[in-house]
Amino acid sequence: MVDKIPLLKWFCLDRLIMCASGKYGSRGPALIPRMKTKHRIYYITLFSVVLLGLIATGMFQFWPHSIESSAEWSLDRRSVHDAPLVRIPVNSPIPGRGDLSCRMHTCFDVYRCGYNPKNKIKVYIYPLQRFVDEVGVPISSTGLSREYNDLLSAISDSDFYTDDVSRACLFVPSIDVLNQNSLRIRETAQALAMLPRWDKGMNHLLFNMLPGGPPDYNTALDVPRDRALLAGGGFSTWTYRQGYDVSIPVYSPLSAEVDLPERQPGPRRYFILSSQTAIHREYRVELERLKDENGEALLLLDKCSNLSQGLTSVRKRCYKGQVYDYPQILQESSFCVVLRGARLGQATLSDVLQAGCVPVIMADSYILPFSEVLDWKRASVVIPEEKLPEMYTILKSIPHRQVEEMQRQARWFWEAYFSSMKAIGMTTLQIINDRIYPYAAHTYEEWNNPPVVKWSSVNSPLFLPLIPPRSPGFTAVVLTYDRIESLFRVITEISKVPSLAKLLVVWNNQNKSPPEESLWPKVAVPLKVVRTKENKLSNRFFPFDEIETEAVLAIDDDIIMLTSDELQFGYEVWREFPDRLVGYPGRLHLWDHEMGKWKYESEWTNEVSMVLTGAAFYHKYFNYLYTYKMPGDIKNWVDAHMNCEDIAMNFLVANITGKAPIKVTPRKKFKCPECTAIDGLSLDQTHMVERSECINKFASVFGTMPLKVVEHRADPVLYKDDFPEKLKSFPNIGSL
Amino acid sequence: MQARKKYVLLGLCTCCWILLYYWAGLQERLLGLITHRRGEVPRPWPDWLDRALLPNFAEQLDLQNGGGPGDSPRQRKQAWSSIYKDSRCRMDTCFDFGRCQTQSGFRVYIYPPEKGERVSESYRKILTSVSESRYYTSDPREACLFVLGIDTLDRDQLSQQFVPNVDERIRGYPLWNDGRNHVIFNLYSGTWPNYTEDLGFNVGQAILAKASLNTEHFRPGFDISIPLFSKEHPQKGGKRGWLVRNSVPPRRKYLLMFKGKRYLTGIGSDTRNALHHIHNGKDIVSLTTCRHGKDWEKHKDARCDHDNQEYERFDYQELLHNSTFCLVPRGRRLGSFRFLESLQAACIPVLLSNGWELPFSDVIQWNQAVVEGDERLLLQVPSTVRAVGIDRVLALRQQTQTLWDAYFSSVDKIVLTTLEIIKDRVYSHISRNKLMWNALPGGLLVLPEFSTHLAHYPFYYLHLGISPGLEFTAVIHATSPLVSQSQPIMKLLQVVSKSKYCSQIIILWNSEKSPPQRSKWPPMPVPLTVTDGRRKTSSRFLPHAAIETEAVLSLDEDTVLLTSEINFAFHVWRSFPDRIVGYPPRSHFWDPVKKAWGYTSKWTNEYSIILTGAAFYHRYYHHLFSHYLPSSLRALVDHSCNCEDILMNFLVSSVTHLPPVKVAQRKQYKEMPSLQGTKMAPWANPEHFTQRQECVNTFSSWFGYMPLEHSQFRLDPVLFKDHVSVLRKRYKDLERV
Repeated sequence: MVDKIPLLKWFCLDRLIMCASGKYGSRGPALIPRMKTKHRIYYITLFSVVLLGLIATGMFQFWPHSIESSAEWSLDRRSVHDAPLVRIPVNSPIPGRGDLSCRMHTCFDVYRCGYNPKNKIKVYIYPLQRFVDEVGVPISSTGLSREYNDLLSAISDSDFYTDDVSRACLFVPSIDVLNQNSLRIRETAQALAMLPRWDKGMNHLLFNMLPGGPPDYNTALDVPRDRALLAGGGFSTWTYRQGYDVSIPVYSPLSAEVDLPERQPGPRRYFILSSQTAIHREYRVELERLKDENGEALLLLDKCSNLSQGLTSVRKRCYKGQVYDYPQILQESSFCVVLRGARLGQATLSDVLQAGCVPVIMADSYILPFSEVLDWKRASVVIPEEKLPEMYTILKSIPHRQVEEMQRQARWFWEAYFSSMKAIGMTTLQIINDRIYPYAAHTYEEWNNPPVVKWSSVNSPLFLPLIPPRSPGFTAVVLTYDRIESLFRVITEISKVPSLAKLLVVWNNQNKSPPEESLWPKVAVPLKVVRTKENKLSNRFFPFDEIETEAVLAIDDDIIMLTSDELQFGYEVWREFPDRLVGYPGRLHLWDHEMGKWKYESEWTNEVSMVLTGAAFYHKYFNYLYTYKMPGDIKNWVDAHMNCEDIAMNFLVANITGKAPIKVTPRKKFKCPECTAIDGLSLDQTHMVERSECINKFASVFGTMPLKVVEHRADPVLYKDDFPEKLKSFPNIGSL
Repeated sequence: MQARKKYVLLGLCTCCWILLYYWAGLQERLLGLITHRRGEVPRPWPDWLDRALLPNFAEQLDLQNGGGPGDSPRQRKQAWSSIYKDSRCRMDTCFDFGRCQTQSGFRVYIYPPEKGERVSESYRKILTSVSESRYYTSDPREACLFVLGIDTLDRDQLSQQFVPNVDERIRGYPLWNDGRNHVIFNLYSGTWPNYTEDLGFNVGQAILAKASLNTEHFRPGFDISIPLFSKEHPQKGGKRGWLVRNSVPPRRKYLLMFKGKRYLTGIGSDTRNALHHIHNGKDIVSLTTCRHGKDWEKHKDARCDHDNQEYERFDYQELLHNSTFCLVPRGRRLGSFRFLESLQAACIPVLLSNGWELPFSDVIQWNQAVVEGDERLLLQVPSTVRAVGIDRVLALRQQTQTLWDAYFSSVDKIVLTTLEIIKDRVYSHISRNKLMWNALPGGLLVLPEFSTHLAHYPFYYLHLGISPGLEFTAVIHATSPLVSQSQPIMKLLQVVSKSKYCSQIIILWNSEKSPPQRSKWPPMPVPLTVTDGRRKTSSRFLPHAAIETEAVLSLDEDTVLLTSEINFAFHVWRSFPDRIVGYPPRSHFWDPVKKAWGYTSKWTNEYSIILTGAAFYHRYYHHLFSHYLPSSLRALVDHSCNCEDILMNFLVSSVTHLPPVKVAQRKQYKEMPSLQGTKMAPWANPEHFTQRQECVNTFSSWFGYMPLEHSQFRLDPVLFKDHVSVLRKRYKDLERV
């Protein structure tokens, strides 16, 4: 089949030309009329002139079209065989051999990449040329391969691409060197050196998947390439220039042909499967021995001898006359052996990962694909070749749950980094990008966590276990509108708390000025009033510069019932949980089975998943998050509805830390909307309905329910213990 | 006329045809123009007409063959060992794995010191660290790794510490074997003016653990880059990082700072000479002085006097504390002391040291803790660091502390990290992955022999987005023989087995009498196992294979608990799976009179210890207790039959840096009735108490610091003792007296 393709192609092209000439031919008879009278001659002349004019304009339409703008319109309609032919003179210079000591800081011109706010490198692709030697023989037997074409297309479609040579940081030649075996080494090297911007290969990136050739199979491309970076498949530790080259996988075109649906991780029919067709005799003997010892758990496949050569044998494997479908059979095994052959890089690795089978890689000195960023220990088992006889015992010692995780990880690696030439190319460029802009590099989690884990895992921004010192205390932020009397009482109460560092009153009333300075209660700590531009609930969570402490106490202007001991204790608890919301009134969310949605609960429950921010300690960082990083339209929604800012804050903190809030001290009578049943039950009920709506709305914006339910609250160590009250640190707690 | 009509008709037809043709061409052109505009940027790599017909880069059959079977692996192995040695050493070719496959496992041997041998302070510390580590052996036959007794730290010939004739001496060692399985520690190599990486002797096939390693000479996967540390660096423990709070916004007074020498000539002067360019006197402070070395005035240039003056205006320590970023440029050598200094100070290092193989680069992902600059782009550094967002600054800063605390704060940690990296290579299939190395609590506290699965550890639940399991194993420590069915242990068994979360009970039989028959134990809904503790106190924290759940409930035989108390505590533990969660608290304090740590069992407002007579914790701590702690501490526990609970608290707090969690308890431990006249409870003995006091001091000296932390709260059920109907309360039993 493969051999016939070029022929077929020519046939098609020829037919196109024939069709075209046929059309022109049919126009002939109309142009030769027979003349009989003068009148007629007159008519005919006139007619001919018009006709000729039309033809001329018609021709004009087509003529310049095919010459001038060929580069423009036929861009998408060209054949690779239309690429300009370039003859390489015999004595054309050959680049120096690759320098093993090359590193980014010695062989890479970083000035070309420069500082840019997007932290993205710019990649230029040379236009396609067909290089031939003096006598016209091409430098490569395949020319541009489908895979390399896919790769270059992907790059040109990506954000990395630039068509401006002078702005480029990285250059990708269009000379296909994926497979060394199809290359004429010397001529290819000469062709590289002829590239206009070659400059000793500086900032040039070559992609090669199959390096070396018989008999010794070098582990890096043999084409002399000076300082060019090599994205190579099958590097060994001796040819790989760490931090300079990029190790890439050997692409398996099979994956494009066969669709293997993802399978749930779990135990499979076979424990170990060997599917490679060319395994050295010494290894096969060892594998046979393992098979004898462990029986059915192992399946050793080989190529099928009785099948005719061709496509079918690629997709079949045999064991003792039994025929298995490849690569489908890979999905039937927990572990799949990937042994080195003459080459270190094996396309089988890609097939195995696609099947979600955990690769057991035995190739000493092999630099695993993208090992600079991928944590292969979580997706594969690497065993020294020498330990092949112990393979079974080693694999058996891996816990089941870990095997399942590895299966999932393997499949994810394939999907993200192996599945197409595009994936391979983009990963390579991203790795180089990470080196050039290390401060904007992708994190370990971004590279290694599959989407399902990324979704549920949390990386708390305040991950360091710290218990911050008691001083300088906390800043109390009181949100107020016009309840001055109550506000002053709150201020007076809070000012008694020993650890209070500062009071910040957020004046949310634009129509009325705050009272004169002399009228305010006298407090020992600095008191500042911030006037806001709009009456928004989110103003209470604004990261004001005036808040100089880490700890913030958000408090409503009507929370007068908290004692100084309770507040101080709350602050002490916050110090032990600086990454959580630490508050007084607790609330709960529940799943309403009848309605099929979330419900807000403020009754006396045994559980807590939220604390109200009418009185809560939290880290100032969350103010910054609330104001600038709140997902979706939640912030505006809250401001528009004038409700649920506390629920939004609870969602935000739980989502980013994965932790529940801490409710402190026993329940007391709070003057909060849900508790004022004075205005009648109906008001209370609408409030509850609104709050429930908030929870459902936020859960849908977050795409998940981040709130965590706990059954505990924090009390002082000696709370209600039979112990002299005066010896307790926080005696005045829980009084109603 | 007919003919005329014919012609006109024919002409019209032709016209139409031509018009059509003409129109089609125009349309095509317009279409091209439109599509062109819509795409804005022309698609530069063409969509080839014959794209589908392009050949594959290789035949599938060839790909699956993978180049054929290749050479004989055995022959290849032999060939490799002769080609890839010395500067091309790798573990596969220069390391004898066979030495590590013995029964004893990974063992390190130190050559005995020779008479009159002078060893520098730093090297003495390294040797002490190795000899006190759990891998030390005094028998060279069982050793996997060898450490020289000769001080190789300072190989600067001009230095006083320089040891001559190393080459001849090591060649005389019968175990040298061309350096195979040896590890050579080095901090300084080369000398003025070039500071080459030459050690002045042939290291052969030995692993180099060296500071300031250059990527060019670094043998990847073989050598280990270690940080440069001063001779004052503490042996163990070490100070914690300086970060005590995560201020927001995280920017400090200065954005970027440098204060150090400027080299007027010689290697490294290019970088250091340029540093003053970025100084702006406001948020970027870059100070250099020429005043160093003997004859600085000879090379002095126009800038020197002005720079020297400016230099004196700022204090280095003050800058360290108040800078967001710290420049760490190369000196004469690639690494410098300021790297560790800024790491400790939580001043994010901005590296300007091209080609430096960063410390422990094998395992540490430095881009999460430092900004790797390029010496060539010095002038871009200010705009680069200005552009780092506040989230990133917070993350980088916290990671500096994580790494400092995990690997660098003491010589012990540096040496142990070196050994663990080599061990991970030797037993590659039982090794730590990158997450274990880079996430809290750090690789040294994660022992891969326990498991290579992240979910088996108490540290990674949030990373993996999972919660701890819903079952626990109760381990009851029994010391008194079974005489009656009314003994406390019987009651305890009933209570524990009634918990719906209890999956099994293990009785650790530590009595002088042999365990009673199966039938003597009451029938129970969960499996009961009796294990022989061999009458060792430390046996209660042995990693018993029978424990299959993540949570362990450790109990004394005389503990009095309620099922609901257990259930509640278990729920709390699931929120704090890395801590000890339990009932009776104790506290430690600093006694300024005795200048020692004190221990108290009095009721106080805070606590730092939870007795393990009734506590939940993760089973991994059993493994750490038995394998991470030195046998000397376990021996102390066994010898005194005491303090095992204090040691466990020390261990867990040193891992988490957090206090344990006390939960509500119905009755106080103290009020418990003493065992009916059989014998006095050991904890009532005053001598017992003094012993515990001593233990606290012994343990803190082994850890090198006091890991215990105080807590001021207790966790109670949400409605605990609230004025609400008892019927509403889930844990009402806790309030009954």
